[in-house]
Amino acid sequence: MGEMEQLRKEAESLKDEITAARKAVQDATLQDTVSGTVVVSRVQLKTRKTLRGHLAKIYAMHWSTDSKLCVSASQDGKLIVWDSYTTNKVNAIPLKSSWVMTCSYAPSGNMVACGGLDNMCSIYNLKAKDGNVKVMRELAAHTGYLSCCRFLSDAEIITSSGDCTCVLWDIETGTQKTVFAGHTGDCMSLAVPLDFKTFISGACDFTAKLWDIREGQCRQTFSGHESDINAIAFFPNGNAVITGSDDATCKLYDLRADQELITYQDSSIMCGVTSIAPSLSGRLILAGYDDFNCNIWDSLKAERVGVLAGHDNRVSCIGVTADGMACCTGSWDSFLKIWN
Amino acid sequence: MERVIVSMQDPDMGIKMRNQRLLITVIPHAMTGRDIVDWLIQKYSITEEEALHTGNFLVKYGYIYPLKEPRNLCLKQDETPYRFQVYIHTIYLARKNIRKQGELIEYEKECYNALHKRINHTWDFVVMQAREQLRASKQRRKSDRIVLECQEQAFWLINRPPVSSIEHNRKSLGRNRIKSSICLESFVKYCEQYQDHDPIMQGCLPSNPWITDDIMYWNMNAEMVPMPTKLRVERWTFSFMELLNDPLGKKELLTYLEKEFSAENLLFWQACEEVRHGEASKIFLAPGASRWVNIDSKTMEKTLQGIKHPHRFVMDDAQMHIYFLMKKDSYPRYLKSELYKNLLARAVVPQETKKSVFPFMRRQRHSSPSPALVTQTAEDNGKAQPNTGKTNTGTAAQI
Repeated sequence: MGEMEQLRKEAESLKDEITAARKAVQDATLQDTVSGTVVVSRVQLKTRKTLRGHLAKIYAMHWSTDSKLCVSASQDGKLIVWDSYTTNKVNAIPLKSSWVMTCSYAPSGNMVACGGLDNMCSIYNLKAKDGNVKVMRELAAHTGYLSCCRFLSDAEIITSSGDCTCVLWDIETGTQKTVFAGHTGDCMSLAVPLDFKTFISGACDFTAKLWDIREGQCRQTFSGHESDINAIAFFPNGNAVITGSDDATCKLYDLRADQELITYQDSSIMCGVTSIAPSLSGRLILAGYDDFNCNIWDSLKAERVGVLAGHDNRVSCIGVTADGMACCTGSWDSFLKIWN
Repeated sequence: MERVIVSMQDPDMGIKMRNQRLLITVIPHAMTGRDIVDWLIQKYSITEEEALHTGNFLVKYGYIYPLKEPRNLCLKQDETPYRFQVYIHTIYLARKNIRKQGELIEYEKECYNALHKRINHTWDFVVMQAREQLRASKQRRKSDRIVLECQEQAFWLINRPPVSSIEHNRKSLGRNRIKSSICLESFVKYCEQYQDHDPIMQGCLPSNPWITDDIMYWNMNAEMVPMPTKLRVERWTFSFMELLNDPLGKKELLTYLEKEFSAENLLFWQACEEVRHGEASKIFLAPGASRWVNIDSKTMEKTLQGIKHPHRFVMDDAQMHIYFLMKKDSYPRYLKSELYKNLLARAVVPQETKKSVFPFMRRQRHSSPSPALVTQTAEDNGKAQPNTGKTNTGTAAQI
């Protein structure tokens, strides 16, 4: 086993060196840095709208960039596009497979996508000339369930899958452009920043990875979580990543310091985080948990400053509008609630 | 079996390696067949027969190889010298490579190539051993062979040598890391800067439509309004990206640049965005073009090369160059310009609209909801007005 041992030793020593390098730039604690920051008073958000219509658990929701329309996916086999302000259903799209786990709204507003246990990402055209919403493309190549998908434009979409890979697709041709392999566990979630040059993925191997879309390579890996990472999002300034995990904590990883800087945890919280979203300024982080609630964290002081209580079952998805006006939570109780 | 091998190699409790004699040659660092059997008997308190059996396994599967008669893969309980197989994983891959004629899985290929580089000097030996083992395995029953293959595959899947992660870690080590104090400071600054723009934290003017049902906020902040709000115009000073992301901001910048006869930079940048996101664009780079952008010759050359075989990223370098040019030069000048200052002075600060007194009436403007829904939303509204002190009785008489 000689060469195996050698290689393992080399990998270990490299890891130690990296840990040391990361420690070397830890020159300030969070407490010291934010000591001068004004405290956020208790944040009380109220339900402003309840979107009723799904008949089974809601697994995912995503806001449109216009901050009024949103799409939700439920295991009743429907994708519903809501005008959340009037609570009207704009489209109710029946799905071939009811085992849907994710949905996404294209930035242009022209398309929506969804996928799940069928291992495929189905793209629907909302603006067809005849007015009917039908499947435009079925992107099939994953060998595992589709856990998340996000549009880069009307021509490209990124998907993450239970087969441990993420894929960049060309929607027009329905082919895989780039396969991002490297995770050693199911990829559960992904997020795309404003410049569309990179993206991050969180997986069941307890790590989050930052990928360069053009090069197809993993640029950075962040570890520290003690269980599956279920949710991931970019901090609004694009320099940090926030993750939510089954280990009941959320963490903030800074891309430039290449390490975890803040952990959001409380001894009274013992259930996993299912979803996460920052407010527009990043000061508040909203996270949905298995215990039917959503906690609001002060991202700088790492303290809980509010709770969104109102669902009768697990909060499975959460999203803040692009204009930062409101947040939407979707739950296994089949309702979506808009809060602010 | 691996555990046995590891304990055998233990410097204290394992088999004592000595110089063994092979005919007239002295072979360093080897053990005899007898040593192996004796050690097994002693360590695991087994019979001689069992020890011989186990020893045979170890040789058959390549963990130990005989220095005399290398083709005879069996354990002889005598002075025959043996050595531990150091390159066991490499031999496994080599075997697989030969059998599948080069069709290894991606990570196996990576591993194989990396190991080849590392132990180039003993590569012939590795390949020879691999061939030997393949030949020996052909003599086994097919069912045994299949089982063994599955076992091996599973074993190496879990105990994969960390070759790719070594490369990744090496790159990672070389990365420039910024001090955590600087990073944390930047978060604090960012949150402070955007605090007034965060409606969930600060509320917004004239009012949050979700709370008051008054959509004036959205009307005032529509993409193209004749007069933008002050908050919006201030936001353009936060970063160049903020200015470019706002269509109104981009329009204002274009107006300013046109006055300075340097609008083609922005137009080029916009065209590049369109290339990145799908549509074809006019090319501003040909020297004879009616307008041309000033990028350095190196970038120009690279771009022109790329255009020969166009792809989505062909304009990236040129676009990046122009972006930084504008950010360093045009952007700061625009913020100092009269055009911007005038706009900021004239920008609207909306009046706060008080929460409406008859919210129930307001609701009529939207598509009529079912009576059940109406009561629900009236309830919500009741909850949202603790300070007006008014309760909503919700009877028809009030309308």
